[in-house]
Amino acid sequence: MLRIPCPYCGVRDQDEFRYGGEAPIIRPADPDKASDKEWADYLFYRENTKGAHLERWLHTYGCKQWFLIERDTLTHAITQVRLMDGVSGDG
Amino acid sequence: MGYSGLNLLKNAFSGHRNWPRVWRDPEPKKHYDVVIVGGGGHGLATAYYLARNHGIKNVAVLEKGWLGGGNTGRNTQVSRSNYFYPESGAFYEHSLRLFENLSQELNFNLMFSQRGILALCHSQHEMELARRWANAIHLNGIDSRMLSREEIKQRIPELNLDCRFPVWGGFVQERGGISRHDAVAWGYARAASGLGVDIIQRCEVTGMETSDSQVLSVETNRGTISADRFALCVAGHSSQLAAMAGLKLPIYSIPLQAMVTEPVRPIFNTVMLSARIHVYVSQSDRGEIIVGGGADTYASFAQRGSAQVHWDNYSAMVELLPIFGRLRMMRQWAGVCDMAPDVSPIVGKTSVENLFISTGWGTGGYKAIPAGGDTLADTIANDETHELLQPFGFDRFESGALIDEGAAAGVAH
Repeated sequence: MLRIPCPYCGVRDQDEFRYGGEAPIIRPADPDKASDKEWADYLFYRENTKGAHLERWLHTYGCKQWFLIERDTLTHAITQVRLMDGVSGDG
Repeated sequence: MGYSGLNLLKNAFSGHRNWPRVWRDPEPKKHYDVVIVGGGGHGLATAYYLARNHGIKNVAVLEKGWLGGGNTGRNTQVSRSNYFYPESGAFYEHSLRLFENLSQELNFNLMFSQRGILALCHSQHEMELARRWANAIHLNGIDSRMLSREEIKQRIPELNLDCRFPVWGGFVQERGGISRHDAVAWGYARAASGLGVDIIQRCEVTGMETSDSQVLSVETNRGTISADRFALCVAGHSSQLAAMAGLKLPIYSIPLQAMVTEPVRPIFNTVMLSARIHVYVSQSDRGEIIVGGGADTYASFAQRGSAQVHWDNYSAMVELLPIFGRLRMMRQWAGVCDMAPDVSPIVGKTSVENLFISTGWGTGGYKAIPAGGDTLADTIANDETHELLQPFGFDRFESGALIDEGAAAGVAH
């Protein structure tokens, strides 16, 4: 069980959170003009980093806020916690 | 040396001390026709079918650890073909049919036992969906049958039908079953090695030399090895290996865990699963009760699952089968699953000319080993995607023709 430091509520058990996948995932700037390949990249293709991994979490049973953490996917150590900044977390 | 009753008797006279080693342990050559990265079930099966069906015997399988030490030795050893979509049905049925004759073909006892795979339903709505699912399987030309509550009671007397969310009924694929997972890796390795394939263990690929459109060679801790064609069969680490060739994949890696109890006498003669209460249970030939369930949701390469998932799996099992409640758990482990967005595999050619890939097996790659190996070997040999693999290429992520088998695991992952 991870112990996740919510930037709003403090450290809580992982049970209270929902995992939101890797970040950043940037939506195509002009959706009407995006090609099939650009849509596939945005929707499906991932870095899937082994090591320091920036990811989104939602504090479902707390403040209900999205935020970003950097976590090592091999050791599960959490090295950074950030608020959503509108860029690296897709808004 | 072939395995037979006669050889068993002969070796008994010398106290079983003179059996030859099961596969050769060669030094890697400088060049091969085909290099397969990953000595799990899929890699070994691909090498075997390349040699047997296509006469391509100058093949190496590179494994960074030991054979079958990854997901091939970490699953719950279930085989079945009860998939919803025709594309998946055709593929997994091919695999099940190969499994049915595999012990004879490989001259290696895989202990394949078709004891049936039985899915429970816990509400009227689940019963309706199960009927639709069972009918879809029928339309794919594969056996499946609805079971009443009474029939289930008869098949699994130890089941607590009136648990929280009582059992309404279920459906069964009688030809589904389990086998010995290590034996699948060892059987393929032995047969491939016998045909001339070099199986090289403790050989980790650390880099690739590429030209514009091709992979020229792989760097390993045992030297540089070049080849005409390369295949990646590395499950959870597919993204890392593909990145060495400059490819990005629609794959994310998560851990899935399973556990076994201490061994007991034969008591449980089927594979039972419940999507609602979220667990699946069978008994191995060694007597252990094998328990599997949900996966962790977050990205991980750690080969361990978290405690709350373990707890959920085990409490679900005890609710359905209270008779196992006092068994001690002996081992618990996890494998790193390569998940594709539609939970279907991605197998065949890549945008790099001479690089082939077998990935996206996610939480269910074990059952696909024979068909995965057979069809990938065919694709590599002919440089043309095998018919059964046509729907499972990269193009589906752009065309939108996904094969959404999210429900097919039987339990949600």
